[in-house]
Amino acid sequence: MKIHEYQAKAILGRHGVAVPRGEVAFSASEAGDVARRLGGVVVVKAQIHAGGRGKGGGVKLARTPAEAETIAAQMLGMTLVTHQTGPAGRMVTRVLVEEGLQMARELYLGLVIDRAAGKPVMMASAAGGMDIEEVAASTPERIVRAAIEPGVGLVPFQARQLGFAIGLDGPRVPAFGGIASALYDAFMASDATLIEINPLVVTSGGALLALDAKISLDDNALYRHPDARELRDAGEEDPLEIEASKFSLNYIHLDGNIGCMVNGAGLAMATMDIIKLAGGQPANFLDVGGGANAEQIRNAFRILMSDEKVKAVLINIFGGILRCDVLASGVVAAVRELGLASPVVIRMEGTNVEEGKRILRESGMPLTTADTMDEAAAAAVRLAGA
Amino acid sequence: MAVLIDTHTRLLVQGLTGREGTFHAKNAKAAGTTVVGGVTPGKGGSAHEGWPIFDTVQAAVRETGANASVIFVPPAFAADAIMEAADAGLALVVCITEGIPTLDMLRALTFLKARPATRLVGPNCPGVISPGRAKAGIIPAHICREGRVGVVSRSGTLTYEAIHQLTRLGLGQTTCIGIGGDPLIGTSHVDALRLVADDDETAAVVLIGEIGGTAEEEAAAWIKANFRKPVVGFIAGQTAPPGRRMGHAGAIIAGGQGTAAEKMAALAAAGVRVVRSPADMGKAVREML
Repeated sequence: MKIHEYQAKAILGRHGVAVPRGEVAFSASEAGDVARRLGGVVVVKAQIHAGGRGKGGGVKLARTPAEAETIAAQMLGMTLVTHQTGPAGRMVTRVLVEEGLQMARELYLGLVIDRAAGKPVMMASAAGGMDIEEVAASTPERIVRAAIEPGVGLVPFQARQLGFAIGLDGPRVPAFGGIASALYDAFMASDATLIEINPLVVTSGGALLALDAKISLDDNALYRHPDARELRDAGEEDPLEIEASKFSLNYIHLDGNIGCMVNGAGLAMATMDIIKLAGGQPANFLDVGGGANAEQIRNAFRILMSDEKVKAVLINIFGGILRCDVLASGVVAAVRELGLASPVVIRMEGTNVEEGKRILRESGMPLTTADTMDEAAAAAVRLAGA
Repeated sequence: MAVLIDTHTRLLVQGLTGREGTFHAKNAKAAGTTVVGGVTPGKGGSAHEGWPIFDTVQAAVRETGANASVIFVPPAFAADAIMEAADAGLALVVCITEGIPTLDMLRALTFLKARPATRLVGPNCPGVISPGRAKAGIIPAHICREGRVGVVSRSGTLTYEAIHQLTRLGLGQTTCIGIGGDPLIGTSHVDALRLVADDDETAAVVLIGEIGGTAEEEAAAWIKANFRKPVVGFIAGQTAPPGRRMGHAGAIIAGGQGTAAEKMAALAAAGVRVVRSPADMGKAVREML
């Protein structure tokens, strides 16, 4: 789960990372009030779940509270398009108003889990304020790393090594170590999957602060962080995806016209691939999960059909935990309740497949069945075009 | 011979008394597996479907001589169950559970490093099957048949797809290993390939990968240097949009890395026969044998 910059800064601040003074505002007048409280020059930053906001006009300097109010009025309600949002962009519904700072240097500090090593790895770079993935691709030597032993945590020498390696001088290194240690604590305590401070700035006065921050939280661990669930911004998500998540369905809305219902993420991706190979375009990724029940199948079907672009539906199920008879019953119940707005192609195999086929046959519904993925995809593409 | 599990496997089911645990314990038994009992804390001393239930893995191992376990416990308790199984000295631990917090797995893998005698397969995987001998997990045995192809896969249901194709073509399988779709797993593609490399009965391998991470690239490098059997590869997610997590926690294209195109190119360069359509996995194996 992604969260906003101001929420990420609040988490980091609680763990002892210095952040600029500031507050979130949901209206222009609130933004003006915040600017008045802060005094002096402020920065107004659009809060969306995507980077590259500066270039898109989502970060602006205001010299007076009145100017902050004007800028906030322009930003709120605008659709911000950046290289990370895609062409549709994101609607701005809140802004962060922060004190303006004089920066001497911009650094990068991040923490992720290294899959291959099975350890958290802290990354630092003197090339802060840029797209770190670009830095990694073009000048990988400018990123230094420290692998952290999970049972031990970040050891002070590791933070010192990173600090000196990115060119910090003596008095700044202990402050950097404090921030690195606080970042690690925040990561572990909040069940994060990614934390980035980019840039971590050295002000002209020599202080270190997190000027921007990004945190992604582990969806699988949200159950033990009830407070984190309140950080979710439904406005940043696709309405159909939110609806699907209520039923523990993994749905991602795409642009094509063939709705897909599949069990298992790998098979769901492969089904999208095979639709494309057959000349069609998938309307979505939908993994109903290994152990879906008839109720979930019914809801999955309803969500698929509510996408207006869908011209045909391909159901591709290989029964392991999810039994084919459960799937067939769910589909039959869904069609009975919701009707058949678009043609449906069903291909299933695995546990209780004969029973599943019998349920489909005896339903008397005009469902197209196929034995192989190739046939199923070809049929769905043909029906979507017809 | 087969790898990981065979007729000598004495399987314990952690979470046997749950709905999924019961269903799949019965299926494992029907597939020829020696299922020796279950572990459900608090239900020790009882019996379930004719199997003895124990409070701890340690007690179960002592009483039954179990040498492997399969885990069907909910995500919040699964990492704990993995560590308990490893601590009891089981040689093989297969964790089916999906949705375990990443930091829980980080702790579990750290715990396992100090217990090298235990091999973990998964989590978030369909498990392991050696057709005609034994299974630990949820792969439907009736789609399998004894044969000479190994299957190593990061995906669950896509593994069944490969198995089904091999069975239809009469090739059959030696051992199928679902390694799991999470970012942190016990057995990597390379680990699984190492096992089947030494298996005389395995004549060829189907390797199934997904977008995200660099495990397939590492497998490609290892195959190029070490593996002499024919390999057919498929990568799911050729059409996946970047930056979106496609179901599996591990399946995400980040910063242009971990794309299907990169993985397919790396495998092809290592001599792997890479198929673009998942429907072609079995056919490609037949052509190579």
